[in-house]
Amino acid sequence: MTLAPAAVATSGLTKQFGSQMAVDGIDLDVPLGSVYGFLGPNGSGKTTTIRMLLGLVQASAGEIQVLGSDMPAHVSTVLPRVGSLVEGPAFHPYLSGRANLVRLDAADRFADPRTSRARTDAALERVGLMAAAGKKYRAYSLGMRQRLAIAAALLMPRELLVLDEPTNGLDPQGTREVRTLIASLASEGTTVLVSSHLLSEVEQVCSHLGVMRQGRLVAQGTLDDVRGGARPVAEVLTTDVERASSVLRDLGLADIAVTPTGVRATPSDIDPARIVAALVHAEVAVRGFSIQAPSLEDLFVSLTGEGFDVSG
Amino acid sequence: MSAANASLRLLGSEMHLIVGRRRNQAGILVRAAVRGRGTGFIASATSNGIFVALSALTIELALFLPLAVAVLSGDAIAGEANTGTLRYLLTVPVQRTRLLVIKYISLVIGAFVGVLVVTVAGIIAGGIFFGLGPVTLLSGDEIPLVEALGRVALAVLYITACLAGLAAIGLFVSTLTEQPIAAMITVTIISTAMWILDGISQLDWIHPWLPVHYWPSFADLFRNPMFFDSMRQGFASLAWARVAQKDITS
Repeated sequence: MTLAPAAVATSGLTKQFGSQMAVDGIDLDVPLGSVYGFLGPNGSGKTTTIRMLLGLVQASAGEIQVLGSDMPAHVSTVLPRVGSLVEGPAFHPYLSGRANLVRLDAADRFADPRTSRARTDAALERVGLMAAAGKKYRAYSLGMRQRLAIAAALLMPRELLVLDEPTNGLDPQGTREVRTLIASLASEGTTVLVSSHLLSEVEQVCSHLGVMRQGRLVAQGTLDDVRGGARPVAEVLTTDVERASSVLRDLGLADIAVTPTGVRATPSDIDPARIVAALVHAEVAVRGFSIQAPSLEDLFVSLTGEGFDVSG
Repeated sequence: MSAANASLRLLGSEMHLIVGRRRNQAGILVRAAVRGRGTGFIASATSNGIFVALSALTIELALFLPLAVAVLSGDAIAGEANTGTLRYLLTVPVQRTRLLVIKYISLVIGAFVGVLVVTVAGIIAGGIFFGLGPVTLLSGDEIPLVEALGRVALAVLYITACLAGLAAIGLFVSTLTEQPIAAMITVTIISTAMWILDGISQLDWIHPWLPVHYWPSFADLFRNPMFFDSMRQGFASLAWARVAQKDITS
């Protein structure tokens, strides 16, 4: 498998549980140094993919390279360079936050016990948990647990961070802090793969996106690449819906649809000034006109489908 | 850092986990408090404090010590899987075989501590109530106290080895489930069932295959000359359990 330098690269990665295709032949490409937003609704196969990348679940088919080495063959040399948060935080409830980190540090063959205290403190400091370091984990709120899990991923210097739903359970303040943290880690050269079902939190920090739907990777690339796939929308605010529609149709706009406030259409490459002039000329009572770049949100919904139903 | 040091550090963390847990601390206290009368040592128990320790071991060998091993082995893998900490250990990464070996060693140390606590508490209590002095063996000979204590130490090691066999079974069971309680109950049932089968004389053909059959043989250390035959078979059954443990890593 020869690929451009990538932190994570898979080809035809597949996982089948019984008759269910959890992950269906995906080709991930996470460039070195990128912040890769791994999006998809609940149950779309993100966590299963992440589990395969980390060697926790064996792939049914396909190849995986993490930091240039085949996985899971090189688990013991690759994983020390990877920090991860998989499927929510998990710690011993009756140990303190710090004691839990020390335990994970003790399990790491490459961690120097002499620097253990300094590194755990630095990690706790970085996620803002220092004040609660001595509290038992069972007394932690969900947000504090999530922070502790991120701290665990930061115990050692990492080349790649894999964060599965890192802002789950965090308040808006905490979500913002995690975003800042991701940005600062990325600026230090760490590649970050962050999965989420919330687009808004990913949009602001990511350089790259991958979108999953029902086990398939339906879009992947830089933020602009993925966004480029969607076209802007012209929105006319008017009560004179019928005449407006016919004017737009005559001009050659596509996808004309009536909205509660007026008419919406896809202008393609028609000059917006011409559209407004034509509407005024036809004496349509225009109260407002705008060209909107599609939000990533709309794109996300169009790629992954709308609604609350978990994809079976 | 050398691999040996790293493994020692993880083992230390395991022991910290076991010893630091309130439930285990309470268990140790219960084990130290249980006093009883055991076959073979009953008559002697009132004549010398040492035999209080030995009769306590005999009593606890049937239920309390196996229960302790069951509880610890339930925590070992099933407990970690249940809290989800297993996946974080594996992504550190801790190699799976290494994790099993270290978990196993920590179980054996845990069993050793349990046996030691029962013995020491027995000697102290026995010493207070009956005094300590030269010991009259089951075979009628008398040996000095120091030599008797040496034989008690051998008994502690032998019983720990017996429990290590059960710990191997326990660790295997622990890998089969994500429910620590289920693993605990299974191991307790296995050990209790073996004791029951061992008590039915009509089933004597099966007795040589039951590890627990050889557990009370530590009493042979308190005869002159010491018998080693059935203890040797006890070690053989331990080896069988080791093989059973090997299957997990494949």
